[in-house]
Amino acid sequence: MESVGTIAPSTLSIKDLPWLIHWSKEKCTLCGRCTAVCPVKAIELGVHRKRLLQISLGLEEKPSNIHAVYHGIRQKTEVEYACIGCAMCEMVCPNGAIGPIKNEEIDKLRFHINQGGIPRRRGGRRNDPRSVLDEIKFIRISMLTDPALDAGRHEFELRTLLGRILPPEDLLRVRDQEGWIPPVREIYPLIIGSMSFGALSPNMWEGLQMGVAYLNEEVKMPVVMCTGEGGCPPRLLRSRFIKYVILQIASGYFGWDEIIHALPEMKEDPCAIEIKYGQGAKPGDGGLLMWYKVNKLIAAIRGVPPGVNLPSPPTHQTKYSIEESVAKMIQSMYMAWGFRVPVYPKISASSTTLAVLNNLTRNPYAAGLAIDGEDGGTGAAYNVSMDHMGHPIASNIRDAYLNLVRIGKQNEIPLFAGGGIGKRGNLAANAAALIMLGASGIQIGKYIMQAASGCLGSESDRCNVCNIGLCPKGITSQDPRLYRRLDPEKVAQRVVEVFQSFDTELKKIVAPLGRSTSLPIGMSDAIGIADGHAAERLSIRHVL
Amino acid sequence: MCRLLAVTSQEPQSPMMAIHALNVMKEGHDGSGIGLFMADLGGDFENFKGIPILSGIFSEDGIAMLDRFMSEQAFPLRHELSIHPAKEPPPGTPKRDCYLIRAYDYPASWSDLSDLEKGHRLMETRVALRKRGEANNCMMLFSFWPDVLMIKEVGDPLTISSYLGLDRLGLKARIMLAQGRQNTNYEINIYACHPFFIEGTATMTNGENTAFVPIREFLTSRKNGGYIGYQSDSEVFTHILHYSMYHLHLGLEMYKHIITPLKDEELGRHPNGQWLKLLKQSCRPLIIDGPNCVMGCLPDRTIFMVQDSKKLRPGVVGGRPGLFAISSEMCGLDAAIPDRNKHDDFQPMKYDTVSVGPDRQEVKRWNQWEPLHHLH
Repeated sequence: MESVGTIAPSTLSIKDLPWLIHWSKEKCTLCGRCTAVCPVKAIELGVHRKRLLQISLGLEEKPSNIHAVYHGIRQKTEVEYACIGCAMCEMVCPNGAIGPIKNEEIDKLRFHINQGGIPRRRGGRRNDPRSVLDEIKFIRISMLTDPALDAGRHEFELRTLLGRILPPEDLLRVRDQEGWIPPVREIYPLIIGSMSFGALSPNMWEGLQMGVAYLNEEVKMPVVMCTGEGGCPPRLLRSRFIKYVILQIASGYFGWDEIIHALPEMKEDPCAIEIKYGQGAKPGDGGLLMWYKVNKLIAAIRGVPPGVNLPSPPTHQTKYSIEESVAKMIQSMYMAWGFRVPVYPKISASSTTLAVLNNLTRNPYAAGLAIDGEDGGTGAAYNVSMDHMGHPIASNIRDAYLNLVRIGKQNEIPLFAGGGIGKRGNLAANAAALIMLGASGIQIGKYIMQAASGCLGSESDRCNVCNIGLCPKGITSQDPRLYRRLDPEKVAQRVVEVFQSFDTELKKIVAPLGRSTSLPIGMSDAIGIADGHAAERLSIRHVL
Repeated sequence: MCRLLAVTSQEPQSPMMAIHALNVMKEGHDGSGIGLFMADLGGDFENFKGIPILSGIFSEDGIAMLDRFMSEQAFPLRHELSIHPAKEPPPGTPKRDCYLIRAYDYPASWSDLSDLEKGHRLMETRVALRKRGEANNCMMLFSFWPDVLMIKEVGDPLTISSYLGLDRLGLKARIMLAQGRQNTNYEINIYACHPFFIEGTATMTNGENTAFVPIREFLTSRKNGGYIGYQSDSEVFTHILHYSMYHLHLGLEMYKHIITPLKDEELGRHPNGQWLKLLKQSCRPLIIDGPNCVMGCLPDRTIFMVQDSKKLRPGVVGGRPGLFAISSEMCGLDAAIPDRNKHDDFQPMKYDTVSVGPDRQEVKRWNQWEPLHHLH
């Protein structure tokens, strides 16, 4: 090692990185596809020196060395080029000659990924594979005291309600007085949660929308999806398909100029309006679309100049109290559509959730509450927010539901749970558990990205570059060279397949519990968990 | 599975009529309990029609506590029928000090109250007594209402009725609901025995109620002091009926629409679909989802039966003018009313509600698809 100069504090070796590239010289044909596809340029053509031993026959010449070069792959170790483990190199390699391997050791990159004083920012997930939802079992099985239902042959009505539901006494009174009955939507309990046009690529968005439309119109499943903060393409706003869309308004109000101007030309009302106050992935922080992704189209829809960072404030700046923030905004949004569209807030799960909820119970317009747990995903956030901020969804939704039960409003304000549902693939089981804890419906984002478009994110910090527009699958990129990798038709097909298989699995869960004619919201006697503390905390059975 | 029989008769009938019918149906129940609701009383209580009758099981301490309480509340005692079993109880049946049926007059201070208010106070009195008795199990109250009494016990219905001498007591009634089993889903508790009663409304049910917990949570959060108990998941059927009648002022046909609403797609074709859809949404936590046949009696002495939305439990109604019965089994109906035109028997299906009114002249069938004549 030389004594001075070439080793900087952030000089890393391959062993210091989280992902190590394994490359086989014997299999490699030097086609170059891996280096071309790598989104972060972690690998490059390497020229390596080699030594051959030359031994002549006989004794006249002594054995000697021949020094030559060979060409291959070199993994870069600079912080900005560290491999993200996406494995696109492996996907494109015709010979299976290359691929990333997770470093068994805790990497050193994490100590240096703040070059220039900027902490790590990324997209994706919390990267914690644990989930209390996976530990919940369904224990109340119908057998002899009542017959188990047949998931394949009985009729099921697994719908949920989105909207402020009047208690029976009020409904009768309001009807007699010919008063206003709040709009209520009957929707499928699995909702594609808010992912903005901008965070997602046009192809991904189109695929999701086509899938949702097909599910509604051909499969007769009333599935809806939320726009996220970023507006809505003008043609969709003016189409009949807008009724399958929940429009989100958030603190940056991006896209709402376009939406307001489209109002007179809208043929149908949207399904609902979601007012975003918080997000599980980065509670207390606003939305963020980094400049890489703000191209001309996104800029036009959002009403901003292209190529600039679009950070939304952490809160709605024009409001200063919970009463104003919630009540005024909700009523304003109701007015925009003549009180025909349900309006509800979305918050990040928090120990203050009950304060928001109690406020909503006193607001006759609040159409529900969406709560996003700490495992929610995002297109861009500071790593520290994603990893350390937020509240798990299970106990938060349970507390909220039991609070509603205490005041007798459990049917009036539907709760929607989001954040890490199905993060280990158990979507239907996680969703059913949350419904039995008290959720009226479930919002998913990352799951649908993984299942419908092949997102590479895992719970082990793989890929996670959604924020810089380099999504190797074209899901979260605004670069046509990347997003044309994603075929919207195939995304739509996968969306339909995901919902159909979810539906079958949900029936396979609720049928043995003897439920078919209504969604088993709050059916807490059906679930149990082996962890005694969790059982006590969630007020469910402790089973061993 | 429980065996159920509801009888309505012009002439007062001995409880043994219902007990014998239960006995005929014994093949399908385990003989582990008897619950008997009697209304529109004949016999000794014929002369006490307008005043509340209290029925339950008491220890000696419980009777003393009852006397003190009723005296404090200024209820004058008018008539008493008590059973102090001298014999050893049948195997499995607990030894009780006293099965008590007492008619009390209203306190003088209640004279200006409306019937509704009186009824509410009677319910509150019953609940207050029940709570006092729960501490040491000295009182178990089943009903406190005019012209109604209830008997419940653990054991085989026929054996219990002979042990208590039900055939000799001069007990008679024009309406009876009888059920022949203890609960199976929780530990044996006499309060878990059907029928259940609140403010003139009684029901009993066949089958497990799989949506029990959310329904119970909804009912208990209605802040009605009478919505307590729930030792059996079937008690919610009584309270839903009570809620729909007393809180929502809806009729019996709406009970069916509340507990087993039509599917969304069906509501689209129903003449009152739009309204029923709103009601379905509003009463969503009251939707039952199990295999349930509910039989009951309304405050106006109408008996009825409704089936779950899949019709997973049996039930038949038949009889002749002046005498009708609703039974969970055909053999029970045969035992109760052998001389009837069996061609007129009717087995309600998933959309049906059947009832026999206080005139006891005919079985009224009401189908969920029928338009609502007047929106209640």
